[in-house]
Amino acid sequence: MATPVSSQALRADDASVSEARSAFSAAAAPLLAGGRVRGIGFKDVTVAYGGLVVLASLTLDVRPGEIVALIGPSGSGKTTALRAVAGFVRPTRGRITIGDRDVTDVAPYARNIGMVVQNYALFPHMRAEENVAFGLRARGVSHAVVRERVPECLRLVGMEAYAKRFPRELSGGQQQRVAIARALAIRPQVLLLDEPLSALDAQIRRSMLDELAKLHRDLPSLTVLYVTHDQTEALTLADHIGIMRDGKLVAFGASRTLYRHPPNRFSAEFLGRANLLPVTSLEPKAGGLAQVRFGEAVLAATNPHGLPQGSQCLLCVRPHDLRLREGEGTHNILAGIVESVQWQGDLHAIALNVQGHKLRLTCAPLGAPPEAGTPLALAFDPHDVTLVPETPPEKPGG
Amino acid sequence: MLVWSKAGRVLAWVTAALLFALIYGVPIGVIALASFSGQWNDVLPSHLTLAHYINAMRGDSAEQTQVSIITGFAASAAALICGSWAALALRNLMRLPRRVLDVIFFVPSAVPSVSVGLALLVAFSQPPVLLNGTRAIVLIAHFVLISAFTYGNVAAGLARLPPEYEQVAESLGARPFYRLRRVILPLVAPYLIAAFSLSFALSMGELGATVMIYPPGWVTLPVGIFSLSDRGAIFDASALTMILALSTLLVLVGLSRISSRAAVR
Repeated sequence: MATPVSSQALRADDASVSEARSAFSAAAAPLLAGGRVRGIGFKDVTVAYGGLVVLASLTLDVRPGEIVALIGPSGSGKTTALRAVAGFVRPTRGRITIGDRDVTDVAPYARNIGMVVQNYALFPHMRAEENVAFGLRARGVSHAVVRERVPECLRLVGMEAYAKRFPRELSGGQQQRVAIARALAIRPQVLLLDEPLSALDAQIRRSMLDELAKLHRDLPSLTVLYVTHDQTEALTLADHIGIMRDGKLVAFGASRTLYRHPPNRFSAEFLGRANLLPVTSLEPKAGGLAQVRFGEAVLAATNPHGLPQGSQCLLCVRPHDLRLREGEGTHNILAGIVESVQWQGDLHAIALNVQGHKLRLTCAPLGAPPEAGTPLALAFDPHDVTLVPETPPEKPGG
Repeated sequence: MLVWSKAGRVLAWVTAALLFALIYGVPIGVIALASFSGQWNDVLPSHLTLAHYINAMRGDSAEQTQVSIITGFAASAAALICGSWAALALRNLMRLPRRVLDVIFFVPSAVPSVSVGLALLVAFSQPPVLLNGTRAIVLIAHFVLISAFTYGNVAAGLARLPPEYEQVAESLGARPFYRLRRVILPLVAPYLIAAFSLSFALSMGELGATVMIYPPGWVTLPVGIFSLSDRGAIFDASALTMILALSTLLVLVGLSRISSRAAVR
């Protein structure tokens, strides 16, 4: 039972967050254009190259001041969507708005956007401060403003000490910070980040992720469209996440909601690892729960999508929501045979075969981990697992 | 490294040095020696003298050096502007017209220079455009012959330029001419300088077309060298050849220093 995904549908619960953000926005006013906070709107945007559709009827609203992450595998259309906002890709159909302004036919240089790309693209013949000043000078901003704003932006990203250096004299992380400062210097209406951390090594990426989160705390009224294939980046930074596949938006929602209650199989598998077990929905229970049958076992799970009784669906269990069965409890028990046990430093990963289905469990390091081939019983809290429709939504994007 | 053993590397270097000496060193050495020769009746020249260089610094030869350098600079500058313009324009075309025009731009490099000279002579010897006997026809011939190389160099540089630079510049509000001036041209500067250097060197050495079309009063060094050789003044021709080579080398070294600085950035 497919549930069409709409970016509008999940908005009501975010009103309080928005109010709090607006209050913070005032504090960040010096670094953003006063009164120019804008959202991004995609209205039925389609992009095709010679008949090949790479982005299909995307309808999506990014509200002012929020971070929306578009994630998906290579070729899913997420970068095309971002490039359409930037103006480097012309939609074959549909409209793109920034705030109230329709920018579909506006040249990229007149859109007032900040953009940070994967390889930073700092101009190698300019020093860090000249890179940051580039957009201001291109717009004919006075020297006095340039002199004031360049150090301000470099300070924001902690790079004021490196102002005189050329890009080749900076590390990858430092270059990325300068690239962000450069994008912010023009006080953009929206900031587009195209896989900004993917060229960095794992340690610097984590550090930069923290920096980006801090940056958005400092500039809460900045609207950000963030394209990545890394679910951790998306979950860490984004208020809302859009999951794309084959040019279509297959899921959109608040990050936590989407993670806890994925609307389809692809979302469950792409956003965080999930165990998906085929079950049959039995009867509703109190508290939004439903009973399901998995083989001989009767289990309970949340049913946020209102799947009707008797429907074939998937039980979505995150590996960290499973725990080794303790005591003699009989509810929500999955029994299987251990296939492998891996110690990964801060956790143990255990793979089991449960009635012919592979199940993965992660837990804190065990003193006496089970051995492969031994039986093991697992339990879970019904509120931690969710039912997912077996059939993907037919009409994505809302 | 293809050769790992020390003996092998020594052998490779010695072989390379011998080949270089044989192919480049001996001809240049002979011309250099001839340019100082009073007589050459034995294995080595005798009666060494600077008279040929003194002759070269005076009268017609000095003027020919000047003409060559002016022609080289003017034709190379024009070729650089037009070649860069063409390379920039073709970048944004669809694949098919781009390929067709690409081939057309390279045609002059495939045609013998004598044929280019002949074609210009035929084309511009009758009204309404009568250029025969003017300096302009020499400049045009040099421009036609070197423009393909200039275009090729600049196009190669532009092809290596990641599109992100321009896109980021554009997103920051840079209009097309500002992007060209502040981003594209500085980034392809090493290729522009290389293109100019190659064009200048080719122009300085051009003879085939020039000898067919040069007017009185606009004789280039290669034509002068050819005339001297034809009259049997080998030593004077050798001195002029050395001046031609050295002046070309001097300009190329200067340009390569600028190119290195641009590349380091």
